[in-house]
Amino acid sequence: MSLTSDDVKRVAKLARLGLTEIETKLTLEQLNSILILVDQMQKVDTTGVAPLAHPLELTQTLRADQVDESNQREKYQAIAPQTASGFYLVPRVVE
Amino acid sequence: MSDLTDLTFSQLQRALDEGATSSLEITTAYLDRISMLNSDLNAFITVSGEDALLSAKNADLARRKGISGPFSGLPIAHKDIFCTNGTATTCGSKMLANFVAPYDAHVVSQCNKAGLVSLGKLNMDEFAMGSSNENSFFGPVRNPWDSRRVPGGSSGGSAAAVAARLTPLATATDTGGSIRQPAALTGTSGLKPTYGRVSRFGMIAFASSLDQGGLIARTAEDIALGLGIIAGYDQRDSTSAEEPVPNYIDTINQKLSGLKIGLPKQFFDDRLNDSMRKVMDCVITVFESFGASIVSVSLDHVAESIPAYYVISSAEASSNLSRFDGVRFGYRAKQPSDLTDLYERSRSEGFGREVKRRILMGTYALSEGYYDAYYKRAQQIRRLIKQDFDRAFEACDLLLGPTTPSTAFNLGEKSSDPVAMYLEDIYTVATNMAGLPGGSFQAPLIDGLPSGFQLTGPAFSEGRILNAAHQVQQATDWHTKHPAGAP
Repeated sequence: MSLTSDDVKRVAKLARLGLTEIETKLTLEQLNSILILVDQMQKVDTTGVAPLAHPLELTQTLRADQVDESNQREKYQAIAPQTASGFYLVPRVVE
Repeated sequence: MSDLTDLTFSQLQRALDEGATSSLEITTAYLDRISMLNSDLNAFITVSGEDALLSAKNADLARRKGISGPFSGLPIAHKDIFCTNGTATTCGSKMLANFVAPYDAHVVSQCNKAGLVSLGKLNMDEFAMGSSNENSFFGPVRNPWDSRRVPGGSSGGSAAAVAARLTPLATATDTGGSIRQPAALTGTSGLKPTYGRVSRFGMIAFASSLDQGGLIARTAEDIALGLGIIAGYDQRDSTSAEEPVPNYIDTINQKLSGLKIGLPKQFFDDRLNDSMRKVMDCVITVFESFGASIVSVSLDHVAESIPAYYVISSAEASSNLSRFDGVRFGYRAKQPSDLTDLYERSRSEGFGREVKRRILMGTYALSEGYYDAYYKRAQQIRRLIKQDFDRAFEACDLLLGPTTPSTAFNLGEKSSDPVAMYLEDIYTVATNMAGLPGGSFQAPLIDGLPSGFQLTGPAFSEGRILNAAHQVQQATDWHTKHPAGAP
């Protein structure tokens, strides 16, 4: 499979990455060369093979259902780019 | 006493125990060496001089009062992917250039609890994506053996710092070879533990089903000591293994007679160059001299491990890195026109080229209509790889092979060709896909440059790997070679 520059633009939009025209062109070339490598996977017969998501196939351990986090809003918001009155600030979304 | 920075972690521990030196003397010696050499090597992003001297004084005081632990006052440095409360954690990225974590990673807090003195934070490829350390926002790390060459990556700073004796022990992480490959290229020892052996809490995520924290040091013995400090269950990482941590030093001197060493035939085919083959022959001869037997095994899906790895790791990266949005922490673009512009420009300006390339690759692989062809197929191949290893370990105790296809390459040599860079990891990624422990240890020099041999074992066999590597280091002087250029 090989990509077109429209594919790259679509994927960039999904990933919320802005690309210039030059970046789009370079990305297209590089992703297509990576896809040639990736397409080697198609040679393998995977019929009936169950996908492996986790190397040790452990069951997720569950913790006891009790509160163990304290409210540390001020500490965590101290590293945010812009906050006010305990809120994170972003450009206006609703007019 | 010889120069303190010539001593290994375990030799420093003995020197402290015998009262031959103090943590303050050791820490000062390393900080002096860092200030002398780091401007050329660029191994450290942050040097924590004042904090280190303060912890060293406290460690000396505790030792005089007889209330210190066995490792109190010994130096370490952390890869800049591990969050450290109060000092910058950049992950090698502009995105986090000014990020100060509000908490310590589990690995860091384990080291602090043991009384280790942190010298600072080590350079790395941005978000651990790379095999040369050329992808750091803070500039490339130079290989101490030859400053025109790369130290490998992504833990290039950790490997270069240990090789140049700027620290005796360094934390590192390995998603597809990022501990073992730089260890091989810098003449150091590096261990990637079993997936789940070391908690990932506070370790900035790249590909969560593959990432694992570990160590780089000058000897297997030093890694055995360090692993005892950082390994163990942590409920804050849901994939942390509830498996007891053995004393790795207790088993390090076991005899290797009767041990079965498997050579994966795919690692020794005609793609292996002559000089690397000669080096591997030397390593095999040493194992035979211990009475170990050598058997041939097959890992049928090694060739496909690279494409499957790039699909899975990029897919997981695209998901993990979606958290960087310019809102809660990290880089934020100036004067965004609207919310989409804020997201897009913060991410485009904050991430480097390789990171963006992998996010795009991963987003594509996970996008509608392509899931079966890419992500699902990669996970199926992942199972086949795991089954290859399961079969191999029915016939042997450890697998032996080269760590890298060649010695350190030149800066710029592969940086414009992502596929050539990805193929650098041909001998290492399968281990991560199967979640197994793997270590790279010093093999003989090739034309004055380091090379490494790799040992891979079944899950939780770190003790066996370190035992085998330590025996090699007792019988050879390969691990004692150090770069001539460094004073």
